[in-house]
Amino acid sequence: MATMNILVAVCLVYVTFLFAVAFGAERAARQGQGGWLRSPLVYTLSLSIYCTAWTFYGAVGYAARSGMEYLTIYIGPTLVMIGWWWCLRKLVRIGRTQRVTSIADLISSRYGKSNLLAIGVTVLAVIGTTPYIALQLQSVTLSFSVFADASESNGALADMDSTALLVAMGLALFTILFGTRNLDVNERHHGVVIAIAVEAIVKLFALLCVGAFVVWGVVGGVGEMMARIDASEIGHWQMRGDRWASLIFLSAAAFLCLPRMFQVMVVENDDEGHLRTASWAFPAYLMVMSLFVVPIAVTGLDLLPEGSNPDLFVLTLPLAMGKEGLAMLSFIGGFSSATSMVIVAALALSTMVSNHIVMPIWLSLTGSGAMVSGDVRNVVIMARRFSIAGVVVLGYLYFRFSGGGAALASIGLVSFAGVAQFLPVLLGGVFWRGATRVGAFTGLSVGFVVWVYCLLLPSFGPDVLMPTQIMQEGLFGWSWLRPQALFGIEGIDPMVHAILWSISLNGLSFVLASMLGFPTPLERLQGAQFVNVYEHSSTPQSWSGNAAQSEDLMIMSQRILGAREAQALFESEARRQGVSGYLPDTTPDFLQALERALSGSVGTATAHAMIGQIVGGASVSVEDLLAVADETAQMMEYSNRLEAKSEEQARTARQLRQANEKLQQISVQKDAFLSQVSHELRTPMTSIRAFSEILRDSEKLSETEQVKYASIIHDEALRLTRLLDDLLDLSVLENGQVNLNIQQGQLSRVLDHAIASALTGSGQEGLKISRDTAQETVLLSTDLDRLSQVFINLISNARKYCDAEVPELVLRVTHRDDTILIDFIDNGSGISKNDQAVIFEKFARVGAMRAGGAGLGLAICREIMARLGGSVSYLPGQGGAAFRVILPASSAMAAQ
Amino acid sequence: MGKRVLLIEDEPNIIEAISFILSRDGWAVATHSNGHDAVDVVLGAPPDLLILDVMLPGKSGLDILRMLREKLGPGDLPVMMLTARGQLKDREMAEKAGVNRFMTKPFSNAEMLEAVRELVET
Amino acid sequence: MSEGRSPLFLERQGYRGRRLVDFLRILPLIGGLLWAVPLLWPSGPDSSVTTSEAIIYIFGVWFFMVLVSAVVSLFLRRSGLDLERKDG
Repeated sequence: MATMNILVAVCLVYVTFLFAVAFGAERAARQGQGGWLRSPLVYTLSLSIYCTAWTFYGAVGYAARSGMEYLTIYIGPTLVMIGWWWCLRKLVRIGRTQRVTSIADLISSRYGKSNLLAIGVTVLAVIGTTPYIALQLQSVTLSFSVFADASESNGALADMDSTALLVAMGLALFTILFGTRNLDVNERHHGVVIAIAVEAIVKLFALLCVGAFVVWGVVGGVGEMMARIDASEIGHWQMRGDRWASLIFLSAAAFLCLPRMFQVMVVENDDEGHLRTASWAFPAYLMVMSLFVVPIAVTGLDLLPEGSNPDLFVLTLPLAMGKEGLAMLSFIGGFSSATSMVIVAALALSTMVSNHIVMPIWLSLTGSGAMVSGDVRNVVIMARRFSIAGVVVLGYLYFRFSGGGAALASIGLVSFAGVAQFLPVLLGGVFWRGATRVGAFTGLSVGFVVWVYCLLLPSFGPDVLMPTQIMQEGLFGWSWLRPQALFGIEGIDPMVHAILWSISLNGLSFVLASMLGFPTPLERLQGAQFVNVYEHSSTPQSWSGNAAQSEDLMIMSQRILGAREAQALFESEARRQGVSGYLPDTTPDFLQALERALSGSVGTATAHAMIGQIVGGASVSVEDLLAVADETAQMMEYSNRLEAKSEEQARTARQLRQANEKLQQISVQKDAFLSQVSHELRTPMTSIRAFSEILRDSEKLSETEQVKYASIIHDEALRLTRLLDDLLDLSVLENGQVNLNIQQGQLSRVLDHAIASALTGSGQEGLKISRDTAQETVLLSTDLDRLSQVFINLISNARKYCDAEVPELVLRVTHRDDTILIDFIDNGSGISKNDQAVIFEKFARVGAMRAGGAGLGLAICREIMARLGGSVSYLPGQGGAAFRVILPASSAMAAQ
Repeated sequence: MGKRVLLIEDEPNIIEAISFILSRDGWAVATHSNGHDAVDVVLGAPPDLLILDVMLPGKSGLDILRMLREKLGPGDLPVMMLTARGQLKDREMAEKAGVNRFMTKPFSNAEMLEAVRELVET
Repeated sequence: MSEGRSPLFLERQGYRGRRLVDFLRILPLIGGLLWAVPLLWPSGPDSSVTTSEAIIYIFGVWFFMVLVSAVVSLFLRRSGLDLERKDG
């Protein structure tokens, strides 16, 4: 009983520790101190999720039953890693350049961004992975029960289902917490990766401790151990050659195709250089991991009573020797193996499910495609969270209803064979330009059907899902359709039989269908990009964005990427193109980059469809068709270069035209300036002159009249002074002779003051202002009066010109890389795109703004912000008129 | 009862000043302060003299003048225009539109009075 | 991306790097062959190959592969070749 309690306590402490580690890593990464999080060592350790509980417990059991065959499971991946230059390097490069989010995304992207294909791959992956998750849950519950039996208390945790349920819930929580922090799956999940790296060390250490204890503590040395091994029932080489070869092949294939391996190997990869280290370090890890398996198996067979479950020797052997501490360590090792697998598998599958199944359905249900209302980000994140929970629950249900036991134990290889069906499509897609979508469909379907028929259904045992009659006589009584002797070829090991037929029929039909069909232009384009990824690290153009409206694109991107990321992306792109503001030209380059950024969030196919909708459907231009039709690489290169050049010229011309238009506008304004100044000065002077003449010339004015006319003269004189002040202010600011009065104060106070003075003059306070004061607690060190002047101006503009029925102004303060952004967004009809370019010019009163002041306000604001080292600009695509004030890092004393 | 003058101007202080000057001289002064419906107001009760500002909210004085000249016969209604911009271009455009007298702000009261008298008597 | 075709002859350094990559490509084939050797061993309960011998051979190959791989990756890092785009 005591042991049981300690075990539960240790378990809880360990889980808490993992949460803390993950949390710490996320924090460090956010604060930019996470360099070590991206080391080759961490990458290598994260690959070790290949070694699940099936390795930790199962390998010993496997060895006890079948001798050395367990090694095939680790030799396959070793060969793949050592041969990284062939395949992994290319996958990682493609994954990075195309911003691939999962293996389903890679396959769908390669074959013309087909979502149907992605759905197929996703479904197959879920079917192949669910039993495997169940296997992990089973291993944890079994190992618990070992302790429960040992401490002879049946009551404590007798209910194994509830153990499994608890574990499943905990894992789902962890994955949701650290797996869906950021939407962009291309951003690394540092918390998850570091936690599984820690677990990798723990499981290796635990297995080594048990091994060392067995070899030196129980048996008494290496020589003695070897003698015992040879004397045991697995003491001689017994191996079916066909199994040896085909299982090495199978494990190599699964290593490449398992969704969770793809996740850590390609999606979470930060640097191609890490592969170089992993190429030897990961095989070393696998080697050490499998080193003590046979000694433990042999010793267990020797010492433990007949009929003990060899799958649990790693636990029961130390327990039988009275080493409870060691057993506990070993339990934690097994626990680590199981949990890390479930976490990453759930993460990988949920990305696939939410991107390829939930999102497309949601988008088609809401009906409006790209122009959805509301924030898509929340939908995506929720979809991903539900998918994680769904995947784990599916694993748990499988565990419950399969009843554990033998059906699960054999599922490891069955599952491997299932995901290995991706191999022909994956390799074909990466190495063969002729591979087509139809081929991929055919191959995958054939492979899947053969796998289900020959391996999956029979694996549940006779008469469970596959009637014995069919096993013996074949489907419909056709003997050549017997699941374990297809085409009448008998005598092959069932596993080898299934691998052989499923993979070869899969590959064959894939190649044949590819050769018979004809690919769409997009498929050929993607094919060229994938196969020649090293030459085409910059990409051919596939968007012709003539009609695209950058503002529409921005609205859509904000909803998917979030306002901050989208604005940063558009801003940097605009800067790169040499356009000021937030709206870059919709060049093919830009659309391509945008599509990649979006696909990081919603998957390639969806992103492509969304942009296609806005840009106007023509996803492939005539030039692209010509380029694709031309097979030779040189021609493609040449036409690409020509296209780039004419594109460049067109852009330069467009920029020149823009500049010219602006110059003309400014010149017209310069002309108007004098006339404006004249008007603004003469109007008050007219009153002053008229009334002073009246006062001078009329004798019979009453007292009240005299006072009234004198005060009019006085008011108009003040008005003149104000105007001259504004003009002087502006000219001083423009000439940079201004003295700043630097003070310290709270941003919220400055805003309070600005709102108060902007609204008092108005008489009725018609403008509703909503703020988030929590974000406003920033200590500033800048010229607070000047800053306040800017705020007052923006708020009074909203008060005067917001034409909504219930005018409302939203103040939004955000922190971005140390700068502070203060957005003033009203709910009026905003400012038209033409006017956006001139509102900051002097006397530029546009549209509805005619009735206002002298039109110097925004010009002064712009100059002030420039003096304060920040900026103020118009923010398009927010619904109403929106202005953004940016304060530089130096003015914030300490952010929050 | 003197002759009727209609003043269309948006600056309240200037309205006050001109009203004072003219009513002291015996004119009946009506005022109106925006451009939208200025034409209707004029046509509704045609005055003996119209004083029109150029920069008006809603519709510019020049446009109002053009519309009036279209609807009324030439010379039916004497019109004086006021402007604070005082550019040559403005004067030319006003003359083209058919203005009788063009004055730049600020003006002397005597000058204004004299101009009004002149316009109504001729 | 668009420097055109790669030159026919390379400087000494680049030449070494190329041969290194060639070796890297052959490495998994060597490993595959070495691990295919057990296919030739007699199999059965009274096979002349004992499990301890098998362990020593298989893990020996393993250790050798890790070692060679580590050395190659060390040289590769020095040559700085691996991160370039050329697939050869």
